Amino acid sequence: MRNPLCEKVVNIKPSGIRKFFDIASEMKDAISLGVGEPDFDTPWHIRDEGIYSLEQGRTFYTSNAGLKDLKIEIARYLKRRIGVEYDYNHEIMVTVGGSEGIDIALRAMIDPGDEVLIPQPSYVSYEPCAILTGAKPVIIELKAENEFRLTAQELRDAITDKTKVLVLPFPNNPTGAIMERHDLEAIAEVIEEHDLYVISDEIYSELSYKGDHVSITQLPGMKERTVLINGFSKAYAMTGWRLGYACAPQIILQQMLKIHQFAIMCAPTTSQYAAVEALKNGDEDVAKMREAYNQRRRFLMDAFKRMGLECFEPYGAFYVFPCIKEFGMTSEEFAMAFLEEEKVAVVPGTAFGDSGEGFLRISYAYSIDNLKVAIGRLEKFITKLRNK
Amino acid sequence: MLREEILTTIEKNSRVDVHELAVRLGSTDEMIAAEMARMEDEGVICGYHTMIDWEKTSLEKVTALIEVRCTLQRGQGFDGLAERIYMYPEVKSVYLISGGYDLLVTLEGRSIKEVSTFVSDKLSTMENVLSTATHFILKKYKDHGTIMAKKPEDERQMITP
Repeated sequence: MRNPLCEKVVNIKPSGIRKFFDIASEMKDAISLGVGEPDFDTPWHIRDEGIYSLEQGRTFYTSNAGLKDLKIEIARYLKRRIGVEYDYNHEIMVTVGGSEGIDIALRAMIDPGDEVLIPQPSYVSYEPCAILTGAKPVIIELKAENEFRLTAQELRDAITDKTKVLVLPFPNNPTGAIMERHDLEAIAEVIEEHDLYVISDEIYSELSYKGDHVSITQLPGMKERTVLINGFSKAYAMTGWRLGYACAPQIILQQMLKIHQFAIMCAPTTSQYAAVEALKNGDEDVAKMREAYNQRRRFLMDAFKRMGLECFEPYGAFYVFPCIKEFGMTSEEFAMAFLEEEKVAVVPGTAFGDSGEGFLRISYAYSIDNLKVAIGRLEKFITKLRNK
Repeated sequence: MLREEILTTIEKNSRVDVHELAVRLGSTDEMIAAEMARMEDEGVICGYHTMIDWEKTSLEKVTALIEVRCTLQRGQGFDGLAERIYMYPEVKSVYLISGGYDLLVTLEGRSIKEVSTFVSDKLSTMENVLSTATHFILKKYKDHGTIMAKKPEDERQMITP
């Protein structure tokens, strides 16, 4: 028989920490600080709208780009929150989560051999999605001393004449890093100079704790070369609804839409109706959840300070990224020992790229009560290590 | 805004101590303690209660909501009557209500008989009370924003990030 498989897919290396997750998910009595999704339920009025749409029998496909009402609400939301105007008819499409947006944006823009810049540590899907398009992923290793922000120099150093797209993952999973306006202005200059395109994954935009989130599309000349990815998962606690959106200049969006049309057809209809309600009447829910996350974030930072665990102050998403280099273990060794001895699951920083070595991702999508127990165990564990 | 932030946090859990509040709200122990003291003084914070599901204990308790229709007292409006009612320790709350009746009284007793006796002997016989309607609470689903049913477990799954 012939080899049934595609070389490109086979060559994508499976996540190295698979084993760790298998063990963690099997351990019944373990506390997890490993999950990357909100602990809140979707606000009831949003769920109720989804249920109502089912009762009304709205179980058909929507148009490929999504419900018109939803696209209009997305445009209004962006105007309201970041002050950027998108034409709902030509520049906005509804996707199956932010992840689909990332995939089809890359597919619509990349030819084999093009280079895609991916700052790491970052969400795990950028690199494989880039590889599948035939691109050469070029990793930019972000540094703790820059609070894991992307600097103009780092960007400049990674650019070649084959560079086409920069993936901009802020607020960042796993580090919690953000890019403030002045950080974005510095890289925007380089982007323009080298005529790059940007895929800005702003799925955590609502979870920003140092003033309002700044989108790169707000800077002059950037909207024209940016695919903005966002969605409902993190802001409205709607992960399981699988709903996101992409906004881009028409010339890019219409090609993305083509892929979406043939591969996906349309995003789930029930989710789209629920999302209209989320955007119309959900601002207060988002603010409440953001405040709860922010309290937990401060609580963790205070606990780290007290136990002398090095950690830069992250201002986004719901992760903290403490440094464990002082213990002379790799991230994976530390996470494994912590799981075995104290039954707490955290994610090794290396799950998000080599530059995550020496760090842990701790999620605070957990109640303060859970965090207190877990932090108590962490303190016990590192005291043990320090006294060795 | 510190005041409102403190209140929204302790409304759900009044046991959060001053230091934890300071950490969570990004303030200092001194500022939180001072603001709490001020709010207690001003009567913004009127008490710290414990939410108890008495159903799960061996104590028998019966709670009733009583609608009271009354006539107005000269010079006092509803306040005089309301005071006469709320002075009874078994009365847990008294609200002046718009709509079909005037006062809504929450009453707690050890048995249905005890509650009915209070209504017939004390409440109905008060001057200015025209009529009452007593509703016994059979089951509490949600109280003070808290759902009484057992909390569901965390069903989120550990997936490879």
